[in-house]
Amino acid sequence: MKLDSKIPQGEMAKKWSNYKANQKLVNPANKRKLDIIVVGTGLAGASAAASFGEMGFNVKNFTIQDSPRRAHSIAAQGGINAAKNYPNDGDSVHRLFYDTVKGGDYRAREANVHRLAEVSNDIIDQCVAQGVPFAREYGGLLDNRSFGGAQVSRTFYAKGQTGQQLLIGAYQALMRQVNAGTVDLYTRTEIVDIVMVDGKARGVIARDLVTGEFQRHFGHAVVLATGGYGNTFFLSTNAMGSNGSAAIKAYQKGAAFANPCFAQIHPTCIPVHGEFQSKLTLMSESLRNDGRIWVPKKKEDAEAIRTGKLKPTQIAEEDRDYYLERRYPAFGNLVPRDVASRAAKERCDAGFGVGATGLAVYLDFKSAIERLGEDAIRARYGNLFQMYEKIVDDNPYETPMMIYPAIHYTMGGIWVDYELQTTVPGLFAAGEANFSDHGANRLGASALMQGLADGYFVLPYTIQNYLADDISTPRMTGDEKEFVDAENEAKAKFEKLLAIKGNRSVDSIHKELGLVMWDFVGMARNKEGLEQAIEKIAAIKKEFYSNVRIPGSGEGMNVELEKASRLADFIEIGDLMARDALHREESCGGHFREEYQTEEGEAQRQDDKFTYAGCWEYQGEDKAPVMHKEELTFEVVKVAQRNYK
Amino acid sequence: MENNISLTLKVWRQNGPKEKGRFETYKLEKVSTDSSFLEMMDILNEQLINDGNEPVAFDHDCREGICGMCSLYINGRPHGPDDDVTTCQLHMRKFKDGETITIEPWRSAGFPVIKDLIVNRNAFDTIIAAGGYTSVSTGGVPDANAIPIPKVDADEAMDAASCIGCGACVATCKNGSAMLFVSAKVSHLALLPQGKVEAARRAKNMVAKMDELGFGNCTNTGACEVECPKGVSISNIARLNREFLKAKLQD
Repeated sequence: MKLDSKIPQGEMAKKWSNYKANQKLVNPANKRKLDIIVVGTGLAGASAAASFGEMGFNVKNFTIQDSPRRAHSIAAQGGINAAKNYPNDGDSVHRLFYDTVKGGDYRAREANVHRLAEVSNDIIDQCVAQGVPFAREYGGLLDNRSFGGAQVSRTFYAKGQTGQQLLIGAYQALMRQVNAGTVDLYTRTEIVDIVMVDGKARGVIARDLVTGEFQRHFGHAVVLATGGYGNTFFLSTNAMGSNGSAAIKAYQKGAAFANPCFAQIHPTCIPVHGEFQSKLTLMSESLRNDGRIWVPKKKEDAEAIRTGKLKPTQIAEEDRDYYLERRYPAFGNLVPRDVASRAAKERCDAGFGVGATGLAVYLDFKSAIERLGEDAIRARYGNLFQMYEKIVDDNPYETPMMIYPAIHYTMGGIWVDYELQTTVPGLFAAGEANFSDHGANRLGASALMQGLADGYFVLPYTIQNYLADDISTPRMTGDEKEFVDAENEAKAKFEKLLAIKGNRSVDSIHKELGLVMWDFVGMARNKEGLEQAIEKIAAIKKEFYSNVRIPGSGEGMNVELEKASRLADFIEIGDLMARDALHREESCGGHFREEYQTEEGEAQRQDDKFTYAGCWEYQGEDKAPVMHKEELTFEVVKVAQRNYK
Repeated sequence: MENNISLTLKVWRQNGPKEKGRFETYKLEKVSTDSSFLEMMDILNEQLINDGNEPVAFDHDCREGICGMCSLYINGRPHGPDDDVTTCQLHMRKFKDGETITIEPWRSAGFPVIKDLIVNRNAFDTIIAAGGYTSVSTGGVPDANAIPIPKVDADEAMDAASCIGCGACVATCKNGSAMLFVSAKVSHLALLPQGKVEAARRAKNMVAKMDELGFGNCTNTGACEVECPKGVSISNIARLNREFLKAKLQD
């Protein structure tokens, strides 16, 4: 496998301009002859599909939901970063670039991150033009807030619903193209395989989730914008339908899967409370702007709280341990997510945790309410407080919120080069589905930025560089042997699942996988545990293929069948995550190996051995994958121990 | 405090769009009052699967009240007996031990049933496609701060834009009208200078599409506002009517 990152020549700040100046373009008459398949309608997928349509390409856009607007980007709360420097607080493209590389613990490709920072400002302009109602000041100009991992205020937001507003902006742009006839939209349709013709991605096999019928679709190029694989853990902040299946299909067709073990654990989620729990709810990182995180200083106080004998409001100020402010005075409660998550786990493991399970810490707004008044806090976070109250049945204006880390985002994903092309020619990956910009840890408000950057401002350029050589490739009908074979193969997989007729529901097996992932491939990992995880996942795979029960048939809507086919792929991802975590003998970002930590318990990277992206190549059913390295070189950023003290 | 309750569920079952539906009754024991309504549905489905039956199909995704996917009509109310919530945010602490709960899909001419509790809401996308956007393409737009927008307008636009497209307004309306949904979009964009440019045209096209798709007329009952999980106000309907009139006067 060849991993050519295709980083353009020239100094860092000029690479993207150089690329655009020298790339190949497709003229308007030829665009009409070219078809692009876009899988997914989240920020990356909808923005790419809309932009391709506007440019004159023929687009087919797929979503598993009933509408593009349901994509999980909608749930992002806090905001989107850009280097506008409107607050005049010292921000710049260079600083956003630098913060993002540093925040990612020096495991991202510099050139991609620089481009991301460069186009960040265009995204804000674009969204405002679409009518995204960002928060404004009384003077009528845009407001900013601060976020973890940065010392400037560069985050634009729309109440606590920024993802929703940005997605609706992209969705409306998409529907405008649907109306114009440039985009064909396929709702409730799932991609079950990628079709390869002469070594290039040339289409997909889709399954209509309402009728159960299979479809063959041709495209000169295929873009996967299918999000992350956090649901491997069963419990995560991802939506119930979020899955890694398209990514696994790409991997099985020869696309390298990079850094699968880099998963982000978000520090501020509502804690787990029962076996019946189906998902975890995130409380936006923006809350850390005004909320202070603490646990009791004394173990006996923590114990009394856990048994209900004491309330948090009864703990005197001097008996509270604001551990983030204590350990990281420079960044305080706004340290990056990986640092905040580990610090919470450390306190709870040491016996200072609160809540009935002892697996929770407090996020307290008392001092902010005293300083700013309850109305100001309500204006900033009202919808989040309401959400918390509905779930927990407790009033966060009076009692501190309880939070605990949960799986939230996956930095790893399909390996892409500078053009966002995978190792399979003609197959591109965008947004959370690719591995490109966040290294080992993503900073808050950067996911929305990356999704829209890829879709609005990167792919519309880079895909032309690929398609320019394809202008005389005629459309295929879908009746070619490659399409027919791929469809038969996909059908056989579904029939195999239906034929198992075992005794266990899909969810019960998925929960078992999730527990193994959380216990051994979660916030803290070690060699012995990871080796055990690989064995346990293999046993779960065996159990799944011999004992899963899927009622009903392949005809018509069958939700259990959908879930089973996705779980089959989560099992493959779980195995890949454990292998990657085992091989990476260092701690960096979201990947914490207990063997590699400083005396103070901070993550210890092994730069001499692991300054690379670990890219896994599929070798066939039940064969161990092979790892290739994309070495990372840092021309501009000075690689250092991250220090938020 | 957490309790366990027992429930009798009357659930609408329907195999496909053309099949005749019916209510099935199920008993459920020991449901934690801390679980959400959809988690209670998960428990029911686990029980059905373990007993060798087909689980109940229902729409859901984010389970945090923002995707707009969940759409259950519970004891005669869209999203059930709590205010300002979607079904996924409704918790079982709102129900009593021994209670019978009736669960149906959205019922409206505009939203045909696909299976059990799942309906087809593609009509909403079609209405947005008719004009629910600003006609700008990617790139070539002015700086984000080039046009100052009064904070009150931006905030009001945000309130209208918080619609999640769930369809509760249509489901609760005795006329099956989509006026709250359409007016929220028309208002969101008309309140901002970027959207004002084509406000009248947008209103006209979206209303025409809504009528064409078989949604009913608005008779100002106000039921939609009561059931909207995001508190979208019917004052948006008045703004839509103004924009619509303007468009008609220009014709």
